[in-house]
Amino acid sequence: MKYTLVAWMRDTPGVLNRVSGMLRRRNFNIDSLQVSHSETPGISRMTFVVAGDKRVADQVVKQLRKVVDVTAVEDITDQLAVLRELALIRVRTTTATRGEIVQFAEIYRAQIVDVSAESLVVQAVGTEEKVDSLIEFMKPFGIEEMVRTGRVALCRGDNRSKPEKLSTSVFKATARLNGSGRG
Amino acid sequence: MAIAKREPIDSGYDPGPLEMTGSQMIWESLLREGIDIVFGHPGGAILPAYDALAPYEADGRIHHVLVRHEQCAAHMADGYARATGRVGVCIATSGPGATNLVTGLATAQMDSVPVVAITGQVPTNLLGTDAFQESDVVGITQPVCKHNYLVTDIAELPLVMKEAFYIAREGRPGVVLVDICKDTQNAAGVFRYDFDIDLPGFEPWPEYNAEALQAAADLLNRAERPLILAGHGIHLSYTSEELLKLVEKAEIPVVTTLLGTGNIPETHPLSLGMGGMHGEAFANRAVQACDVLVAMGMRFDDRITGRLDRFAANAEIVHFELDRSEVGKNIVPDVAVIGDLAETLPAFLPLIQERHHSDWVQELNVWRAETNEADIIQYEVEELIPPFVIRQLWHATERTDKRVIVVTDVGQHQMWESQYYIHEEAGMLLTSGGLGTMGYALPAAIGAQMSDPHALVWCVAGDGGFQMTLQELATIQQEKLSVKIAIINNGFLGMVRQWQQIFYEKRYVGTPVLSPDYVKLADAYDIPAAVVRHPSEVVPALEQAHATEGPFLIDFQVKEEVNVYPMVAPGAAVDELIRRPKPGYAQGYSGVQPSW
Repeated sequence: MKYTLVAWMRDTPGVLNRVSGMLRRRNFNIDSLQVSHSETPGISRMTFVVAGDKRVADQVVKQLRKVVDVTAVEDITDQLAVLRELALIRVRTTTATRGEIVQFAEIYRAQIVDVSAESLVVQAVGTEEKVDSLIEFMKPFGIEEMVRTGRVALCRGDNRSKPEKLSTSVFKATARLNGSGRG
Repeated sequence: MAIAKREPIDSGYDPGPLEMTGSQMIWESLLREGIDIVFGHPGGAILPAYDALAPYEADGRIHHVLVRHEQCAAHMADGYARATGRVGVCIATSGPGATNLVTGLATAQMDSVPVVAITGQVPTNLLGTDAFQESDVVGITQPVCKHNYLVTDIAELPLVMKEAFYIAREGRPGVVLVDICKDTQNAAGVFRYDFDIDLPGFEPWPEYNAEALQAAADLLNRAERPLILAGHGIHLSYTSEELLKLVEKAEIPVVTTLLGTGNIPETHPLSLGMGGMHGEAFANRAVQACDVLVAMGMRFDDRITGRLDRFAANAEIVHFELDRSEVGKNIVPDVAVIGDLAETLPAFLPLIQERHHSDWVQELNVWRAETNEADIIQYEVEELIPPFVIRQLWHATERTDKRVIVVTDVGQHQMWESQYYIHEEAGMLLTSGGLGTMGYALPAAIGAQMSDPHALVWCVAGDGGFQMTLQELATIQQEKLSVKIAIINNGFLGMVRQWQQIFYEKRYVGTPVLSPDYVKLADAYDIPAAVVRHPSEVVPALEQAHATEGPFLIDFQVKEEVNVYPMVAPGAAVDELIRRPKPGYAQGYSGVQPSW
């Protein structure tokens, strides 16, 4: 099973390293990880695809929440969401094959974004399955170079709840030590 | 022998914004956090901070303890923090100074101990150039810290310092490291400390769910064979009194983890002592036979659970825990109560019915009697064996009216201490449980003693671990401390030797360890010492140690190949125990006895 997780984090130096280091250290199996800006300045948005069972996905969520710079985490696997990936594929062409490649691209609603004498670059946007499938069709022509962004996801609808901020500051341990709290 | 008095940490001192250097800001932050002691070692990149320390040291506001190795600075801060509940602070220079801290920081983090580490870093213009004594300290320490910072801008320093203490102290305690570039220490800026902490991603105190608490109570109220498994969280939340009330209200036996030692007095009839790999047979049997297991403030470490799929297989499991990531990590509980035990336990108490579980407790007592009958102490009195030493140490400390803190190292003696010392209260045993760091005891004992000069602090270490950090004997003398040291000297790295004996057909590779003459060694540091070779010498030596002002070292030259029993082999279920050899068996006996 694949789980789609979204995490929001303060855009501090090293935050990607904190998150990726934690995932590696705890031996989680991550299929893809994508980082970008979010709608809030100073907050980055990370999309993860996690392979494993529900328990593993829950652990990833909990461990992510523990990273101090991570402000919110959501498992959107069971939510209605738009899941997309972008791929740029440079395919070898000859005069004989160019037309066929363009036809395939059209079927997949992919675009030709660069053309040269011996190759062209196909830009595909869609689910991973769709991109996988297009790549399979392109393989016989010869894929010279390829880049995929990994999954990005956005929940559908406009009334979905935004993940709340995890907490506000509570000086409980401090109060306890000062004798004004419990214990 | 009262529990540590928790002194106010809020000095209330804040004269408002002041112009000063980054170095001064470090010390000013510490004052505002109520810190009056730091453990450290100077060096090039932290020199500005040390220079700025002079006036604070001169008027006694901050005391600096010079260590002989930075690892020990972290262990001392750890020992200080465990003994007081306050944040321990250690300080080191860049590069090797900082990397030397790592073991100590990992030790503290694994055991949820609040420590703030301050390290110097090369100037910002040299960052990333492989400059002299440069290392990526934030990168290196990230996996062993709750959080860490690299400060390159003087404007950020005050807030970072405040956040560091906040994060280390609040919620499940842990380690925060602040790495400060040398030019940032030298830079001037405006210092203020009245910031609001705004860390939206840091959730130290999750609110507990009342329904989950009720569900947990329903389970426990229905139980015929209930058991509590109490961990470090009880002590961290100062709830051992509430735990005792709960235990007595519903007659529930208690097994503790190593760090939960003393959560209820070990003389209490419902205390079963420590469970797990070297827990007593009756404690582990109770875990396997209970029908409801209530785990409190613990994380189901492999040393306590043994083989996971057979752990408490007949029980429904309730997990009280502050750190939600610990819930479901190793054991998936039937009911989880996520929250602060200081809130959940008092709220739980009224939901629990007053009742007796006499049959269950009676059964446990039969198992206990059977274990006591096989007790090694009763028939090995001619030779000096470690359990006897530990038991006599307990008798000796029992008679004092001082607060007693026992600090153990890692290995056989650590387990014997756990088994044969009778702990009456939470927090009196300091030990490296999670990371299992040899060399921990001496520096941690120094840290504990620094926090309470009137306490009777016993450092109990093996000859292997003691030799890892014995250079801190000099620190004891430089600080004029009265740490008492017991070396359980068996000429081996004992626990490893035990594993070699049992699992590697007695091939003792790398485990015979030569010791110096510890009496001469102590003498070189001007520390009085004694050597003990026979059981009859144990009590007089302990009495001499207690009668001597200042530090005292005893080299207990114990019988070599003695094993810690019972033992659960790694990967075995906790009721598949290797039991203590019965009378008549040779001590070197290595066969696996049937579990009975």
